[in-house]
Amino acid sequence: MTFSPQLEERFAKMLTRYPEGRTRSAVVPMLIYGQDEVGAVTKELIEEIARRCKVTPLQVDEVVGYYSMLHRKPQGKFHVQVCTNISCQLVGGEELYEHAKKKLGLGHKETSPDGLFSLEEVECMGACSWAPAVEINYDFHHFVTPEKLDQLIDGLRKAQ
Amino acid sequence: MAKQLFNEPSPLETRVVSKNFAIEGSETLDVYLANDGYKAFRKAKEMTPEAIVEEVKTSGLRGRGGAGFPTGLKWSFVPRNSPKPRVIVINADESEPGTCKDRLLMEYDPHQLIEGILIAGLAVDAHKGYLYIRGEYRYLIEKMDRAIDEAYAKGYLGKNIAGTGFEFDLCTHSGAGAYECGEETALLDSLEGKRGVPRMKPPFPAVAGAWALPTLLNNVETFSAVPAIIRDGGAAFAALGTPKNGGTRLVCISGHVNKPGVYELPLGFPMMKAINEVAGGIPGGKKLKAVVPGGSSCPILRAEECDIPMDYDTLAKVGSMLGSGGMVVLDETTDMVRFALRIMKFYAHESCGWCIPCREGTTWLKKILQRFYEGQGRREDISLLGELSKNMLGRTFCALGDAAALPTISIVEKFTEDFEMYLARQEVMV
Repeated sequence: MTFSPQLEERFAKMLTRYPEGRTRSAVVPMLIYGQDEVGAVTKELIEEIARRCKVTPLQVDEVVGYYSMLHRKPQGKFHVQVCTNISCQLVGGEELYEHAKKKLGLGHKETSPDGLFSLEEVECMGACSWAPAVEINYDFHHFVTPEKLDQLIDGLRKAQ
Repeated sequence: MAKQLFNEPSPLETRVVSKNFAIEGSETLDVYLANDGYKAFRKAKEMTPEAIVEEVKTSGLRGRGGAGFPTGLKWSFVPRNSPKPRVIVINADESEPGTCKDRLLMEYDPHQLIEGILIAGLAVDAHKGYLYIRGEYRYLIEKMDRAIDEAYAKGYLGKNIAGTGFEFDLCTHSGAGAYECGEETALLDSLEGKRGVPRMKPPFPAVAGAWALPTLLNNVETFSAVPAIIRDGGAAFAALGTPKNGGTRLVCISGHVNKPGVYELPLGFPMMKAINEVAGGIPGGKKLKAVVPGGSSCPILRAEECDIPMDYDTLAKVGSMLGSGGMVVLDETTDMVRFALRIMKFYAHESCGWCIPCREGTTWLKKILQRFYEGQGRREDISLLGELSKNMLGRTFCALGDAAALPTISIVEKFTEDFEMYLARQEVMV
């Protein structure tokens, strides 16, 4: 399995960062960066990372279920993450999440049939003082209102 | 045009770690160097390692990640003469609900953080550092990678740093979504490529941490405070705060306030003044109901308990904690059953499952709170919530069990009337 030249370069660097014989340390970063390119944590990705980190595929597989950002099935092209934890809850995060469900016609961790959007109710993502917060893929959006969320989603849909 | 910050600064702030935030280009090495950058490192290079640790002790700096452990003391535990190489691990897994400060330190002043790490490297004779950043902060991983590349290119990382002969390598390491990895030993397992479950202590990370090497582990804000401490002296930093509670810290104010934001305040700053003056008070003239003083793990305070200075010792006296600096303000309209339920949903989701009292306790507490919230509560549930929580205390490897139990105990005890109201409403319905 080969990756884009940029990712190959990143992976090569990662494998040299840790003390000698400790390439297992690169497993989690390689999984998340690999997933971003492949679209999901596939069997092939697990086997490739295991080969490169010199561990068994099982040692890679067992961490996948632990980390909430790793997923075995592809998410939408735009993964909409709405925080409802306390700081967001107090200023309308739960209502915003309900609004997102209706707007996208999706539930928690569901993906639209066209593969464009997926939705997830997430835990605190470190935007408490600028709540309610939404992260779409890796982009943070602060002080999000239902109207602002509609604009964001419509804008992404139109750009397709 | 002035630089657009996350929130307007307050004139009541004492800016030490955030002093460069508003400067245009503050994330670049040149701007950092023009604003006292690397003065502290050069000074530290002329000091003995013991003197650096002493200076940090004098500053009264305590860990800004949540536990509040004295930083100088922690540094002194790392065996500098061990035959094994020492490593430094920087905890940027910021995920305690209510906390959003390390983001700003990495976004606006990455070189201050790097300089702090280098000084720690001098103190414990370490030459390798790993910056563990939560996966959700990808844009910050990219920003830190750029800052690290710039530091290497200009001779502030790598061999012969700033012409001093000191050598240090630093890299970022991405997490992938796990609150538990903010706990230092779980973070180390995650850094080693495993599931992030906590380790038994002792041995402490200072003796056997990452890859069983002596490891110095601190939070981003803790390292970021070090350059100012060395540059201006530990005593000057200590004098900003109160005895045994040195310096300033970033306080993240969120919830029901007019001007939520991250503000740098001296330790011992009055809590009510922070709410009413720094954060502009509660919207709509509503009354204060409660405050979570330092992130969701901290026992909650009723409004009448909040007329206190914010320092570690005072918070301990009132039975809570200053934690990670995440101060959540609740107005009189807040439904405490709903609030407690949201906290417990979080801990049940984040419990790694390693310790049974935490794994089962958080799940059962969530179920009981859920049924209460849905109008199916029973009178005996009120005492059951407290009893269950108390049975979790101190019975787990890491602090997550306590972190879930403590706020629950405090909410049930201090806001029993909210639970009673649910029961009364149910009776009316019948």
